[in-house]
Amino acid sequence: MAYVLRRLLEIIPVLLVVVAATFFLAHAVPGGPFDKDRPMPAEVKARLEKYYGLDKPLPVQLGNYVVNLAKGDLGPSIKYPGWSVREVIGSRIGVSISLGLVALLVAVLIGVPVGVLAASRPNSWLDRIPMGFTLVGICVPSFVLGPIFALVFALGLGWLPPCGWGSPIHYVLPACTLGLITAAPLARLTRGSLMEVRSLDYVRTARAKGVPPLRVWFVHALRNALLPVVTYLGPAAAGLVSGSFVIESLFDVPGLGRLFVTAIINRDVMLILGTTIIYAAALLFLNLAADLANAALNPKVARDR
Amino acid sequence: MSEPVVESFASESGWQRFRKDRAAVWSGWFLVSVAAVCFLSPWISPYPYMEQNLAHSAMGPSSAHWLGTDLLGRDVLSRLLQGGMISLFVGLIATAVALAAGICYGVLAAEVGGRAEDAMMRFVDIVGTLPLTLIVILCTVVFGQNMPMIFLAVGGVSWLTMARIIRNQTRELKASQFVQAAESLGQSRWGIFRRHYLPNLAGTIAVCATLTVPGVMLLEAFVSFLGLGVKAPMTSWGLMIKEGADIMEECPWLLISPSAVFALTLLSLNFLGDGLRDAFDPRSSRK
Repeated sequence: MAYVLRRLLEIIPVLLVVVAATFFLAHAVPGGPFDKDRPMPAEVKARLEKYYGLDKPLPVQLGNYVVNLAKGDLGPSIKYPGWSVREVIGSRIGVSISLGLVALLVAVLIGVPVGVLAASRPNSWLDRIPMGFTLVGICVPSFVLGPIFALVFALGLGWLPPCGWGSPIHYVLPACTLGLITAAPLARLTRGSLMEVRSLDYVRTARAKGVPPLRVWFVHALRNALLPVVTYLGPAAAGLVSGSFVIESLFDVPGLGRLFVTAIINRDVMLILGTTIIYAAALLFLNLAADLANAALNPKVARDR
Repeated sequence: MSEPVVESFASESGWQRFRKDRAAVWSGWFLVSVAAVCFLSPWISPYPYMEQNLAHSAMGPSSAHWLGTDLLGRDVLSRLLQGGMISLFVGLIATAVALAAGICYGVLAAEVGGRAEDAMMRFVDIVGTLPLTLIVILCTVVFGQNMPMIFLAVGGVSWLTMARIIRNQTRELKASQFVQAAESLGQSRWGIFRRHYLPNLAGTIAVCATLTVPGVMLLEAFVSFLGLGVKAPMTSWGLMIKEGADIMEECPWLLISPSAVFALTLLSLNFLGDGLRDAFDPRSSRK
């Protein structure tokens, strides 16, 4: 429990540093939000800047921002007048979370069984062919696989809608693209770690005691072999986030990834800040969750800490 | 000095092991030829990569234009070569940046030791969990989309793994007898770094570098795909894939050739890196 608490407390300074760094970076973006083609009267601009608190020195602005952040207020959106950043993000985040979860599910449901199958018959065709595919999966980035899927399944065969959002069928292409890309390293990791575990003494002992082979495989070996796989889910989530920037734009999904890319293009400082903080916080917590799951599965790790 | 003997023995058997790995050797040759063709492109490409010929726009592969032309009538093969030059160039330079940062940080951490070392490595762990793509995107937006910035931003987020590996290795070296002997003979820290750490780290560094290049190229392509990297009229493979994806219904060849070359290059880099690691770093390959 103390360990969980310590790790949770550790997140706070990290987040503060992220906020400060992003804040200064975002404010260094050339071109302000009120720079239009036709310059507005100086007094209007001054009033606008005063309204948004942009007339104060940067450190003061940062202080105000952090205080508001603690209250859960991410500030006003500058490009979406009348909306707060929190509302804009809130309207998009559900889409991204559900898409991410489905993609993660696809990745785990494909990656882990493929890895287990490959490790069960090493160097046979059951191992070589799927592992060849995973290698391709590692090298073909999401922004190549996505267009190819759209070309084949949507435009060529006409089975799936190429873009849009609203019904479950719209999940298939984006979630499969993201999921398959993530499944490849998962499968390789599962295979490698199973190969390592199954040559260990305790597995041999279990077999020598006459435990049924399937039980040895799934209960004794797999449980330990999955530890690195669980740890990998943290970084995998980070990969899904960057993948979502591209995939959401490509398949026209109204999610957080596309919002972020649009915010960058629009130079909407508050929105950039808000999105980055949400992403950073989510990834920090996911990594923590992966570590905790690891500790829960592996009493040795828990004791070491 | 017994060191050079150990070095040459280790590297010889390493090369012999490496040569048996056919996939890695073929990947190596493939990469060498791709790099040669791309870097020689100013002299050997069939057309200037910027030359527009609207009369021949959006044509499929033909004998005049082996890989077809794009919407502005520019030869795809010539653009592919020029884009490859940029992509490989970014890959190499950004890897060099990451390498320099990783070696300095890793060796420094192992040298200072104690709590400072723990803090430094904890920092690496924490930064590793942050969304690095986001940081690169922010940097290119803030500091402009020029090439040096892309090198720095991409390299600046890719050194973490390197630092971790180098630090572990240096720690082992620091405790070894020949380093302690050098210390007791009064050799300076810089001398130890140069004479003992660097030669012994060389294998690890080479393997790490090879495995960093594909990640770096992927990151560059990613940023270019979002329109935040290399700017027109210059191009890179990521940008070409983006342009191809935009009009893939009408002109699929604009998507297929850059995607295929890009994926094959990354695949070869991974094969080569794995082969080098298995040959020169038997300990880490068993992990």
